[in-house]
Amino acid sequence: MTTTVHDRRRGALARAESRHALGFVSPALAGLALFTIVPVVLSIVMAFFDWPTFGDRKFVGFDNYIKLFTGSPDFWPALRNTAVFTVLYVPLSVILSLLLALSLHSRIRGRAVLRILFFIPVVTPMVANVLVWKMMLQPQGLFNGLSTSWFGVELPNFLADPQWAMMMVVIMSVWQGLGYNMLIFSAALEQLPESVLEAAKIDGARGLRMLWSVTLPLASPSIFFASIMTMISSLQVFAQPQLLTGGGPGNATQPLVQFIYNQGFKFQDMGLAAAAAWILFAIIIILTALQFGVQKKWVHYEH
Amino acid sequence: MSTELLDSPARPRPAGGATPRKAKAPRSVRTPRERLRLVVAHVFIYLAAAIFMAPLVYAFFSALKPNSEMFSMPPRLIGSEIRWSNFADVFAYGPFLRYILNSFFVAIAGTLVVLVVSTTAGYAFGRLRWKGRDAVFVLFLATLMVPQEVTVIPMFIVMQWLGWVDTYQALILPFAFTAFGTFLMRQFFRGIPFELEEAARVDGAGPLRSFLQIILPLAKPAVAVLAVFTFMSFWNSYLWPLIVTVDYDKLGTLPVGLATFSGLTGTRWDLQMAAAIISMIPTTVLVIALQKHLVKGISMAGLGGR
Repeated sequence: MTTTVHDRRRGALARAESRHALGFVSPALAGLALFTIVPVVLSIVMAFFDWPTFGDRKFVGFDNYIKLFTGSPDFWPALRNTAVFTVLYVPLSVILSLLLALSLHSRIRGRAVLRILFFIPVVTPMVANVLVWKMMLQPQGLFNGLSTSWFGVELPNFLADPQWAMMMVVIMSVWQGLGYNMLIFSAALEQLPESVLEAAKIDGARGLRMLWSVTLPLASPSIFFASIMTMISSLQVFAQPQLLTGGGPGNATQPLVQFIYNQGFKFQDMGLAAAAAWILFAIIIILTALQFGVQKKWVHYEH
Repeated sequence: MSTELLDSPARPRPAGGATPRKAKAPRSVRTPRERLRLVVAHVFIYLAAAIFMAPLVYAFFSALKPNSEMFSMPPRLIGSEIRWSNFADVFAYGPFLRYILNSFFVAIAGTLVVLVVSTTAGYAFGRLRWKGRDAVFVLFLATLMVPQEVTVIPMFIVMQWLGWVDTYQALILPFAFTAFGTFLMRQFFRGIPFELEEAARVDGAGPLRSFLQIILPLAKPAVAVLAVFTFMSFWNSYLWPLIVTVDYDKLGTLPVGLATFSGLTGTRWDLQMAAAIISMIPTTVLVIALQKHLVKGISMAGLGGR
């Protein structure tokens, strides 16, 4: 008898809690529905339409996807540029920031200040960072100025040469993003299990051997995490090339996201832009899944 | 060596994570070799820092030069005169003040919306029991996978439908409901012992009161981290404001304004540098002021990327 009363009371309480929960979660749910789920569904639909910004839309089936791969002169170069950027940027950024985190890990004076210094370009507006680099990369700018007056060597016009322009977009991006991965690695290195490190020391591990066989394997989960996040963000690169080179010279540095932006908002072809965005999404998913697939080979988890 | 082993685990550690442990690193007797290694490490890291900071330092001093000396040969750090007036002149060139105010308004309003939405939803997911909770949460998490680029194009169409193109709400709301904040708050709320809340519940406090009076005050550090990172991402956001506003003179945020400004001023590199430096100040100050929480914040917020 008492239990049933108790149960009924519990049932009432649970209902009350559910009601409250609905109140708490509804702003987030409404926002998510309107600003994420509706756009995602709409995007799937749009990709099958000839969808100008203004004017009549027409169902075209897979034409947008077909047009991307066969009839759009900028799409393949955009894919290639995104690939080149990612292949250059991810290893450079991960290795350099790991190196920095490792050297900041030991007893360095002013370590906290240094960390902040490296972190500043991460939090300043990308537009401002790019403007600074654009100034230095001018033919009469700092780099060429120093090179000609110190060594008498005339440097190429970085932003006007296709290969150099891409290199500079990569270098500028590495500079900008370095502090972020460095902090992730710093946090990971500080949390390494001390017992294991001490044990390795007793066994005589020192220097590079210690780094290669103990520290790096122990830190590999965070290296894996940082590589994936860096890869995803580099596949989405936009502001750096858009502002530094305008995607040029020609389309030599135009990445996929800038292609999407141009199709949608310059050429008013929203359907084609939506289709290209889904291609980008597919690439991100496939590459992330691949990385998860090979992680067993090199990522070492405790437990 | 032996002291190193003995005293580190035995000594009671001050609460609060990993940094004090490192600060207490035992000072063993150093061999000359070790000392040399330490010196080399210092030289390496300070050299790296100097090279790394050079662009920003150079940009700052360039902002103080007369424009005719921007590209002097050989390059000079300091021009013939120090022109602080460049920083004032920026404001005479186009609606630069407006960009700054817009950015502050959008970033602060956006952060407030994110905080309210994420803490309430995080509470519902983390501490209340209701039917379908886990399924809805998985849906939330799934949306984290969708990159912004997939949603910006249709989001613009949604803005057209709502008649929001060129409005403040279009700058603030669309990206204030991402699942990341909810996820972060839920994780934090789950870590708070349930007994704390139970006592209040027994006293007759409903979920709303216990949320406001017990859970939120305990979650201050997590809320602060979320606030800072949200503010920064609004402040630096470029792609969406570029798309959803047309009348930059009225609604341009700082990044968009800065990009337009550089087109407007053409070869006035002195003003562009001054404008760039001004736009860097708020987030830089924020980072310096909150440096202690930075590592913790990154390892918490790092989960969602930027």
